[in-house]
Amino acid sequence: MKLATRLLTGTALAVGLAGMAQAESHGEPVKAGFIYVGPVGDGGWTYEHNEGRLAVEEEFGDMVETVYQENVPEGADAERAITQMALSGADIIFTTSFGYMEPTVAVAEKFPDVVFEHATGYKTADNLAVYSARFYEGRAIQGHIAGNLTESNIIGYIASFPIPEVIRGINSAYLHAKKVNPDVEFKIIWAYTWFDPAKEADAAKALIEQGADVILQHTDSTAPQAAAQEAGNVYTFGQASDMAEYAPMPRVSSIIDNWAPYYIDRVKAVMDGTWESHSVWQGIGDGMVGIGEITDAVPADVKEEALALKDSIGAGEYHPFTGPINKQDGSVWLEEGETADDGTLLSMDFYVEGIEGEIPN
Amino acid sequence: MDSINPILLIASLMVASTPILLAALGEMVVEKAGVLNLGVEGMMITGAVVGFAIGVNTGSSWAGFAIAAIAGAGLSMIFAIITQMLLSNQVATGLGLTLFGLGLSSLIGKPYVGMKAPGFAKLDIPVLSDIPVLGPILFRHDPMVYLSLAAILGVWYLLTYTRAGLVLRAVGENHNAAHALGYKVVRVRFMAIAFGGAMAGLGGAYVSLVRVPQWVEGMTAGAGWIALAIVVFASWRPWRILLGAYLFGGITVLQLNLQAAGSTVPVEYLSMSPYLVTILVLVIISVRGNHGAPGSLGRVFHASH
Repeated sequence: MKLATRLLTGTALAVGLAGMAQAESHGEPVKAGFIYVGPVGDGGWTYEHNEGRLAVEEEFGDMVETVYQENVPEGADAERAITQMALSGADIIFTTSFGYMEPTVAVAEKFPDVVFEHATGYKTADNLAVYSARFYEGRAIQGHIAGNLTESNIIGYIASFPIPEVIRGINSAYLHAKKVNPDVEFKIIWAYTWFDPAKEADAAKALIEQGADVILQHTDSTAPQAAAQEAGNVYTFGQASDMAEYAPMPRVSSIIDNWAPYYIDRVKAVMDGTWESHSVWQGIGDGMVGIGEITDAVPADVKEEALALKDSIGAGEYHPFTGPINKQDGSVWLEEGETADDGTLLSMDFYVEGIEGEIPN
Repeated sequence: MDSINPILLIASLMVASTPILLAALGEMVVEKAGVLNLGVEGMMITGAVVGFAIGVNTGSSWAGFAIAAIAGAGLSMIFAIITQMLLSNQVATGLGLTLFGLGLSSLIGKPYVGMKAPGFAKLDIPVLSDIPVLGPILFRHDPMVYLSLAAILGVWYLLTYTRAGLVLRAVGENHNAAHALGYKVVRVRFMAIAFGGAMAGLGGAYVSLVRVPQWVEGMTAGAGWIALAIVVFASWRPWRILLGAYLFGGITVLQLNLQAAGSTVPVEYLSMSPYLVTILVLVIISVRGNHGAPGSLGRVFHASH
């Protein structure tokens, strides 16, 4: 089915684009392409990337043309979709999921005149930049609130794939929950999907059955929020998008990905001919990571602490990974006062001390 | 490792399996009539969005389910007309139906993103639901779970013991012979396809009204394809559909629960186990030489041939 979607879209693109490529040689609009891992209506990750795309259209009007393809599976299959987009005359292509890393590298090699931007990866080339957000900064605030809210001392975590990005989030949330609540315990489910509402709902239910009264999620749909609402007395946080429709309960706050300024900036660079490859990682301070409104379901003093934490992270005064921190096996990772370097964070493949269970391979 | 409550586990696996059970049962009847409809996913997602929209607007999940079934059947009629009257290729048409259903559903669903389902009361049968162990497993579900089980029973009886079932099977086994005997091959197939569409619509509505419950684009996430696999797994027999659906649904729920309970069994093995079982069943079936597929499955019928 997905194959058929791609073929159809590919053909449509190719037909539409033959005309477009011609237009471009006359100094016509810059064409920006976006590859999405889920549907734009997921209410989370892909929704926010699409908001960024719409912001680009709004900013440049007739000077830009955008195309996107949703539901592109990660892995080798993505290569065809990206190639198709490059063939169709896109000048800049944003591939918005970690699993597109290898395909993007491969396509970038074949199209030296097209520039590529890969989200959350770490491989760059002359025409391939990477960008990501320091979501772990937001996770620290989530962990702080979650540790305060939980009464069962069990926090459930719906993880997607065992990649550094997700592991970092778990570690950051755990460290800050533990700081305010030494008895806290994390139960982690690896869903092996970014988007599958039914499975996400089942995962949330399984965690609630196991006693969790706070659910953190690193998957893209709002299904866990609905499951928590049905169970009652369970707290959640919006993931990637605000998910404000579930406020004030169960959703008590959220991490919001704000890609718009970055996308506008990069498309502008292509227009001006100033685009250069880079690797950026922006956080709360740069505005790429936003914290959604903390609702009244959170006690006032906890809310105040959380906001103070947010401000100090944003100002660069506090790093969420500040020693002393041990790894899960008890060995020392960070000495007292030492902060984690980006290299270690970007390739993080271990739990910090106190988290139970193993990271699947 | 904390223990998993087996009673809660079985109860939740029944809920998780119901959508694929409904869709697979419908598809089995379609295939028994000799038609391969690969549009199950498209009919499910359409049922999901229509059921949710009607449920939200009327405040009644029952109305949602009813209209979802009609919508699924309606969509399947497009397939029926194209394949049975215009004699197009069933595989291609079925795939087209899935694509169409996915697009249509996201169009219809746009205003419903983020809204809440009306809720669907569980039966909680008095006295029976208080029986220890059996009570929570068997007697505290929503009506659709029982309806799906009744549907299995009904389809089994119909196919095995009634004349109508015999005609349907005859049409699926050898449509030329059935035609020669004077049975209306195309009419029987139309009815079977409509039934399959209605069941897929119900399965989809169960996902959006009960299991998740909300509307999210693309929310069936491949359940229709699993339903198709279950039909083969079940070698076209109703009771094995039940077994297959509960096995697939059960393992999904089980592996999530095992993880939540801190089990050390690797996730990957659990996730792949239903597919391994399917392959195993297929191997056993082909070794025995009787795969049970209807003789005319997927073949184009025209009275002049």
